[in-house]
Amino acid sequence: MSALAFTLRRLGAMVLLLLVLSFLCFALLGLSPGSPEQLLLGTRPATPELLATLRAENHLDEPFLMRYWYWIEGVLHLDLGKSVQTQQNVLDMIVERLPITATLALYSTLIALVVAIPAGLISGSRRSGGTDRAVTFAALVSISAPPFALGLLLLYGFAVLLGWFPVYGAGETFIEMVYHLTLPSLTLAAGSAAVIVRQLRATVIDVIGKDFMTFARARGLSPIRIQVVYLLRNSSLPMLTMSGLLLSGSLAGAVVVEQAFGLAGVGNLLVKAVGQLDIPVVQALALLTGAAVILINLLVDLAYLAIDPRLRHPRSAT
Amino acid sequence: MNVRRPGPVLLACLAALALVLVAAVLGERIAPYDPLLQDPARGAVGPGGLHWLGTDDLGRDIFSRLIAGAWTAIAGPLLVAIGTTLIGTALGLVAAYRGRTLDALIMRSVDLMYALPAMLVLIVVVGVLGGGYYAAVLMLILLVVPTDIRLVRSAALTQRELPYMESARVLGLSGSRIVLVHLLPNVLPTVVTNFLLDFVTALVGLSSLSFLGMGVPVGTPDWGLMLAENRSILDLNPWSVIAPALLITVTATAATMLADAGYDRISSAGARRG
Repeated sequence: MSALAFTLRRLGAMVLLLLVLSFLCFALLGLSPGSPEQLLLGTRPATPELLATLRAENHLDEPFLMRYWYWIEGVLHLDLGKSVQTQQNVLDMIVERLPITATLALYSTLIALVVAIPAGLISGSRRSGGTDRAVTFAALVSISAPPFALGLLLLYGFAVLLGWFPVYGAGETFIEMVYHLTLPSLTLAAGSAAVIVRQLRATVIDVIGKDFMTFARARGLSPIRIQVVYLLRNSSLPMLTMSGLLLSGSLAGAVVVEQAFGLAGVGNLLVKAVGQLDIPVVQALALLTGAAVILINLLVDLAYLAIDPRLRHPRSAT
Repeated sequence: MNVRRPGPVLLACLAALALVLVAAVLGERIAPYDPLLQDPARGAVGPGGLHWLGTDDLGRDIFSRLIAGAWTAIAGPLLVAIGTTLIGTALGLVAAYRGRTLDALIMRSVDLMYALPAMLVLIVVVGVLGGGYYAAVLMLILLVVPTDIRLVRSAALTQRELPYMESARVLGLSGSRIVLVHLLPNVLPTVVTNFLLDFVTALVGLSSLSFLGMGVPVGTPDWGLMLAENRSILDLNPWSVIAPALLITVTATAATMLADAGYDRISSAGARRG
């Protein structure tokens, strides 16, 4: 399979996936309990005029596929509809809450990488030592524990017991936000860090016995150079493969972490919208996050192609 | 690592899971209080005396609620793990052994499911369409099974090319016999690991849903829901939050550790047999 064919196939698959995703998101309105009018009415009183307006605005008298088409057309013009609860523009609502979630995502990714890379390298190169055992165990717990349980334990320990961090909210200024988001980010980072540590450790154990490592040491290269150039580089491919999976894990993690720490981010918006059956908001969030995951997966596949030359050439029979 | 006899850590994991299982089966019968009994005069008090782990803000006994909550913590995840292991192993073996059209069909649908963020799909679908706990169990089976199919299929594919499979084919054994008697035992390590890891995934998924208020009905003693309910009394009775959080963490970690160790043990036992 040539590189071009690979890219085209992936692009085709992505378009197909986006279509399926958007269709499922749209179908939510029809599948939800209660009639579409009722759902779109929200908490407003049902006057005949309002019902007629709603029917006209949402093309409820037209066939399902036509309504899907109108909806998609709107989405492509960045018109994600209005919340049935607050009548606010859905896109505005999401943008308003994005800073908290985005900071949480970036901050936790940073923590995960800064903690996991050295931990994985050390743990793998000093196998079965005390550090290795501790790191392996910590990774095992972090990979298993649900983020909200971990978050509440951290919250109790560091915010209630020690009083180092605030118990609620996200703060106003940037500095305050970083301070407020430290515990939530740590919580969210734990899962991803554990996955990275386990992967890195396995790669290090695999690579460390190879001849080129012995030669590198014999040539007197510095340990840092060996670690970074030889160990880290060899484990970058499997790590890249996992990043799509890590992303979708973090998205779900962010939802419960925001809830556990009382943060008004995008995840909290999703939980609220689902609870109030605010379907336009749910549709928009589901579509956007789903599309983000699909897009990242495509980028990962293409990056794989760029990094690993073996994939660019026709495969020999397995 | 010594894989022949179970170490103390492994025994501790088994013991922890066994305890949770006992609590799930016996439930209210061994609880000191009725887990639903409210006592507003004794709301949100800390551990001590009559209540080992204190009470929540409605005066319900935390310890009794933890014991009763073992049921939803274990039952749903077990159902999910049994469902996904059976379906995933069957489809994975068929995909690997039959190949061609059937394999392509199964794997394309797996790719499709794989591309969606499972936990978010769970929140949106179960939250909006309703159905609660058991709808979530069904949904989780659907969302987790692609992983199982993938892993079993790739484990079976490496076996398919080995000489013993070829000899079985040359001997003219029936397809179902080859798959069940010869192929299945050799992918068993993968199957057992899948079972335990699916249990953990389902435990995390279901308790997350309950924590978000979309799983079990309000008032049900459930570890995830308890965390959501008692977060506001974290300063009054911290144990109402710490205990369920620890229980979920320990149960999930014990199952993951068993999965890790189990894989090593079963696969090396196979290697020793030759």
